[in-house]
Amino acid sequence: MLPAAPGVGFKPDHFAAIRKDAAGIGFFEVHAENYMGAGGLPHAQLSALRADHPLSIHGVGLSIGGSAGLDAAHLTRLRQLCDRYEPDSFSEHLAWSSHGAEYLNDLLPLPYTEETLALICDHVDQVQAALGRRMLLENPATYLQFANSSIPETEFLTRIARRTGCGLLLDVNNVFVSCTNHRSDPRAWLAALPLDLVGEIHLGGHDAEDLPSGPLLIDSHGAAVADPVWTLYAEVVDRAGPLPTLVEWDNDLPDWPVLAAEAARAGAILAQERRHHARAS
Amino acid sequence: MPAHPDFIARFEAGLRGGDLPPGLTARDPAEVERRFAVYRNNQAVGLSQALALRFPVIRRLVGEDFFAALARAYAGVERPVSPVLAEWGAGFSEFLDRFPPLAAYPYMGDVARIEYARGRAFHAADAAPVDPAVFAMADPGRLRLGLHPSVTLLSLAHPAVSIWQRNQPGAGAKGALPAGPETALILRDTTFDVPVRALDVGEAALIGALLEGATLAGAAEQAQAALSDHNPQPLLVALLRAGAITHAEE
Repeated sequence: MLPAAPGVGFKPDHFAAIRKDAAGIGFFEVHAENYMGAGGLPHAQLSALRADHPLSIHGVGLSIGGSAGLDAAHLTRLRQLCDRYEPDSFSEHLAWSSHGAEYLNDLLPLPYTEETLALICDHVDQVQAALGRRMLLENPATYLQFANSSIPETEFLTRIARRTGCGLLLDVNNVFVSCTNHRSDPRAWLAALPLDLVGEIHLGGHDAEDLPSGPLLIDSHGAAVADPVWTLYAEVVDRAGPLPTLVEWDNDLPDWPVLAAEAARAGAILAQERRHHARAS
Repeated sequence: MPAHPDFIARFEAGLRGGDLPPGLTARDPAEVERRFAVYRNNQAVGLSQALALRFPVIRRLVGEDFFAALARAYAGVERPVSPVLAEWGAGFSEFLDRFPPLAAYPYMGDVARIEYARGRAFHAADAAPVDPAVFAMADPGRLRLGLHPSVTLLSLAHPAVSIWQRNQPGAGAKGALPAGPETALILRDTTFDVPVRALDVGEAALIGALLEGATLAGAAEQAQAALSDHNPQPLLVALLRAGAITHAEE
């Protein structure tokens, strides 16, 4: 289990700064696929980080929402990585990213139907069996919807979690991005999700384009967390209590103090919730 | 009948530039194409960024806009087949050799060979350096050296090492480019840096012989056969300092 504290996505550019000052950082998260080489600097850095901090391994390439079976070779590499680093959490996405042998390098959306629900539950079962651990499944940021989707996203996630025993990774920015894009209410989305299933929260920045009907938000991970997302996050923490909370920043990378300050902002919200909880009990 | 395989196939065809997949909706259905374009763009930009990470000197040489177009063209003929994107790009150098718009720049493929080999060296397996003291006692006629898994020798038709070096951050042009072929030595040193060095024919013969398992004396003989006044010592010292000699056995 990750600590109910702020974490950050680890970037090699920040390694030296982190080794000098990681005060207040409760855990680090890495993308699994960046640590699948044989040796060298990535493993040296990750071993050093792992020795001193809780670790979350976050996969971006398993294509759990794909129609073909999971890539057995990739699942094996994930198991080897988890065996080597013994992370406190492993998570992946409700999305697909491969077609046949081809890797599409994006987290692509899918219709929510009884057919895809059964398929994804089967894939999640396979992942949890192969890794010998419970995984967390992350809600996506989407730009489109599908005419044949018959199950609301929150119900889809909840049913997967209940059927497979997996937990959920709640990306609050993704909720805000998707709901804005689909002109629906992010608070209604969050109210429909049983927060006891959530094992980790993600926060990240987004970009915006203008469409005739209003804004189209893009999950860019290239900016500070937006104010409405902070507000939604505080409401989630108020309902659920403190949860492990990751700040993601993958593109247009800032210097370490800027990222650490974003994590500290999440930490302040978690600390306020703890004080509030202590007074109430 | 399962609908999901057909959905995936049609969505993927749409990403490649084919018709939009059926069944897409949005609150304002007129916007479906603009919204689908986000996925097309994410994919193109993501692949271009991944390739630029692997081939930064090519990107510097051709410029950002040309590189983005180049990445799109390359992705059209060699798609990534692994979620480990560091494994993508094996065919990029040959693609550049044959890419008509770059016909006037025949060295591009060789520069890409260096950059691809550097990426492989960066991720190569770890191996501990030998204690330099082994050389004090050893009989060169019987001593065989093992080199670090990152050590790579590249025979290049063009002076691509010199071009690569001149395009490193902070490097200035130093006189005229050498004409003709170069041999590149690429390795990962103990600080995880991956320097690139041009070898003369004697040095190239020495490394080539060591990689093939020759004894130290045998490798030195081959080097002197390639270049009569070759002295193997400076390169061996450089290899030792880089931690690139990882095995020694008599």
